[in-house]
Amino acid sequence: MTNLFNYIDRPSPIHRLTGASKLVCLIAWSVAAMTSFYTPLLVALTVAALVLFRVAKLRAKDISFMLGIMIVYIALNNVLIFLFSPNHGTELYGSRTVLIPLPGRYDITAEQLFYHLNVILKNACTIPIVLLFICTTNPSEFAASLNRIGVSYRVSYAVALALRYIPDVQREYHDISLAQQARGTEMSKKASLINRLKAASSILIPLILSSMDRIETISNAMELRGFGKEKKRTWYSARPFSKADIAGMVVCLLLVVLSLLLTYLNGGRYYNPFMK
Amino acid sequence: MKKEPIISFENFGFQYTAQAEPTLYDINLTIHKGEKVLIAGPSGCGKSTLAHCINGLIPNSYPGKTTGRLTIGGKDALKLDLFGLSKIVGTVLQDSDGQFIGLTVAEDIAFALENDCIPTKEMHEQVEKIAELVDVKGVLGHAPHEISGGQKQRVGLGGVMVGKVDVLLFDEPLANLDPATGKQAIVLIDEIQKRTGCAVIIIEHRVEDVLYRPVDRVVLMGDGRVLYDGGPDELLCQDLLPRNGIREPLYVTALKYAGVTLTPDMRPSYLPELKLSEEQKRQVHTWFSQQPQAPRPPLGDVLLNAENIDFTYAGGHHALKGISAIVHKGEMLSIVGTNGAGKSTFSKVICGFEKPQSGVLELNGIDLSTLSIKERADHIGYVMQNPNQMISKTQIFDEVALGLRNRGVSEEEIRPRVEEALKICGLYPFRNWPVSALSYGQKKRVTIASILVLKPEMILLDEPTAGQDLKHYTEIMDFLSELNRQGVTVVLITHDMHLMLEYTPRAVVFNAGQVIADKSAAEVLNSPEIVEAAHLKETSLYHLSALCGIDDPEEFTRRFIARDREVRV
Repeated sequence: MTNLFNYIDRPSPIHRLTGASKLVCLIAWSVAAMTSFYTPLLVALTVAALVLFRVAKLRAKDISFMLGIMIVYIALNNVLIFLFSPNHGTELYGSRTVLIPLPGRYDITAEQLFYHLNVILKNACTIPIVLLFICTTNPSEFAASLNRIGVSYRVSYAVALALRYIPDVQREYHDISLAQQARGTEMSKKASLINRLKAASSILIPLILSSMDRIETISNAMELRGFGKEKKRTWYSARPFSKADIAGMVVCLLLVVLSLLLTYLNGGRYYNPFMK
Repeated sequence: MKKEPIISFENFGFQYTAQAEPTLYDINLTIHKGEKVLIAGPSGCGKSTLAHCINGLIPNSYPGKTTGRLTIGGKDALKLDLFGLSKIVGTVLQDSDGQFIGLTVAEDIAFALENDCIPTKEMHEQVEKIAELVDVKGVLGHAPHEISGGQKQRVGLGGVMVGKVDVLLFDEPLANLDPATGKQAIVLIDEIQKRTGCAVIIIEHRVEDVLYRPVDRVVLMGDGRVLYDGGPDELLCQDLLPRNGIREPLYVTALKYAGVTLTPDMRPSYLPELKLSEEQKRQVHTWFSQQPQAPRPPLGDVLLNAENIDFTYAGGHHALKGISAIVHKGEMLSIVGTNGAGKSTFSKVICGFEKPQSGVLELNGIDLSTLSIKERADHIGYVMQNPNQMISKTQIFDEVALGLRNRGVSEEEIRPRVEEALKICGLYPFRNWPVSALSYGQKKRVTIASILVLKPEMILLDEPTAGQDLKHYTEIMDFLSELNRQGVTVVLITHDMHLMLEYTPRAVVFNAGQVIADKSAAEVLNSPEIVEAAHLKETSLYHLSALCGIDDPEEFTRRFIARDREVRV
C-alpha cells in the first residue's frame, strides 16, 4: 500500500537534522525559488537540490511513484501554459525571436522556450526538497516540528493523527469494499460511472460509521491522559537544534535574502538574456 | 491497620442526558487503597457507566444528571475535571488498538508526560523505566501494527502508569485478546499491583478468566444496581452469577452438577488452591460415570474441499503454507488459532478476495477458481466481525434486499425472500425500522439476514460473538445452531473456547500458516501442545478431572457440555 508519509530510515546527515529545522529550510527554500525567475539562481538551486538528494542517500526508485506524478504534473503544466499563452515569454522579455514559425499565434519563440525552462527549473529545484523532507523526516517528529514553528499543538497533533490513520482507513475501505462486492455490488470497470459512484457511496457509509467509533475511542483515550490540559506540551521525539540545524536554517534564510536581493538588483523578477 | 478508602460512592445515581431512565441507581461502594476488585455484570448493567464515573468521562464527556456523592482521593469527583482525575485514576481502555495514540511504543507511553510538559530528557528516562516494568523495552521504536495484541495492552498499561496513579482501571481487558494472551494479561495486572500497591479495578464479564489470579473482592452489577459486594469465594457458593447472565467458572458449574456443596473455605474462586475432600472427589467421579456418553454427530458429504492451498501476500508474507481442510455438509465447524495464524487469510481465499498461488479449492466438486467474488457469494456467505462495516443502507429491509437487488431479482420475488430471512433472524417485527435503532447484536443479525437471503450453502462468520456478554452470546449462537439444524453449513472463525466447545463438534487449528490439528473441540482443548501452539487455554475442566483422578478429561468435558446445554435450554 502506498504510504503518504514515506519515511525512509537510512542514516545520513540530512536524517540527523531535526524535523523543525528541515521544515524551516523547506519553507525558506520554496519561498526563494518561488519569488524568483532569476535563472542562474534557479540553476544553482536545482544543482544543490540534487546534491542534497545524494547526501541523503535517497535513490530514484525510492520515490519513483511520487516522481512519476511530479513529472506528469510538470509536463501538463507546461503544455497548458503553451496552449493558453504561447506568447507569454515574448511579453515578459520584451523581444520576439521566432525559431520555428507555426500557424496562428503558436510560433515557437526563444523567449517562450526560455520562460518554459524557468518554469521547469522552479519545479526542479523545489520538488526534490519536498521529497527530501518527506523521506527523511520521521513521522513522529512531524507534529513536534509543526508545533515548534508556531502551529498550535492541537492542530499539529490532529494533522499527525490524520496521517497516521490513512493506512488504517485504506485497509478498512478495502475490507468493506470486498464484503460489498461479495453481495454483488459491481465495482469493476464493467459498471457505468454512475453505478460505480453509487457503489462507492455504499462503502462510505459503513466507513464513516466505523471511523466515528474510532474517533470517539481515540479522543477519550487522549483526554484521559491529559491532552489539552496545558497551553503547551513537550514532545518525546523533540531534539535540540544542533550546529548543523542552525547552519542549515541560516543558509536557507540567506537564500531568501539572496533571491530578494537579486530581484532588486535585476530590477525585476525576470532574468533577461534577450536584453541588448 | 484501617484500610483507607480511595473511591467511595454514596447513594450515587446517574442518568444520561439522552436517556429516559437512570443507568445507575443508589450505588454504595467503597474501594480501598491497594485493593483488587472485579466488577462483573452483563451488558447494559451499568458497569461501563460506573467506570466512566470513576475516570471522569462522566460527566466531562458524557453529560447527565447525578445524585448522591462520589469521592475519589478525598475530593468530590464531580467537581474535579478530567485532568485532575487522570492524576488519580489511570484507565486502560478495552480497545487496545484504538487507544494507541503515539506513532511508536515509546511515544505512546510518553503521551501523558508530554501533556504534563515534562522536559524531553527526563521523559526519556521515565519511559525507559516504565517500559522495563511492563516488559516492552525491546519494542520501544515499533509502530502499533508491528507489535502483538498483548504487547499493545502492555503499552496501554505503561501509558497510564507513567502518571503515578493510585488506581488502575481496566475496562474489559480481555475483550480483544486471545485466551493465552488474556491469561498473561491477568498475570501482568497481578504483578503490577503487587509491585506498585495501586488499587486495581477490573471491569469484565469473563469471571473465570479474571480469577486466574486471586482478587480481593467481586462486585456484581445488574440493572444499574450493586447486587453483590464481597469475597469471590462466598459469591461462587451461591448461584448469583448464572442467575444474572454471567458464566461462572466451568469447574464450579461442574462441581455443582455433581452435587458437591461448595463452601468458602474450599477456596472455589482460585483453582490452584481448590480443596476437595475424598468424598467430594468420589461425587464428581460418580456423576461422570452416570452421565450418558456424549453423542458424536456423524459427518455429512464433503461440501468444501481445500487442498494444499499456498498463499503469499504481495508484500512477501507467506500466510498460508499448504493448507488442506474439508468442510462437511450440514456441519458446524470452528477455525481457531492465534492472530496471524492464517485464519482470516484462509477465509479471504475461500471467498475469492485473495487468489492463492497454488492449491485446489472445490465446492461440491466444482472448482472455485473459475468463479468471481460475486458468484462465490451465491454459495458461500461471509459475515464480517463488525456489523458496522457491512451495513450500508439506512433501512433494514433495503439492507437485507441489497444482495438480491444487485442480482437483478424482481421486486415481487424480493419481498417474500427478504421477509423470510428477517423471520429466520427474528427481525420481522422490525422490518420497517431504520438500522440505527437496533442494538449491536440486532445489527449482527441484520448482516446475517442479508447474507442468508442469498441462500448460500455455507456461511462463514468472523468472530461472531466478540464483545458479547453471555446473554447475547447465547442468543447469537443458539440462532446459528438453529440455522445449522435447518441445513446451513456454518463455519466460525473464533478465539472463544466456550464457543468451540459448546457449539462446534469439530475444530480446525491454524498455526503459522499451517493446519496443526483437525479434531473434536474437546480433544483440542485437552491437548497441552495444541493449546500452547494455538494460544488457547486449557479448560478448567481438564484440571478438575485431574484433581478428581478422572483419566479421560476429553470425555469428561464432552459430558459436561452436553449436560450444560440441557440445563441452559
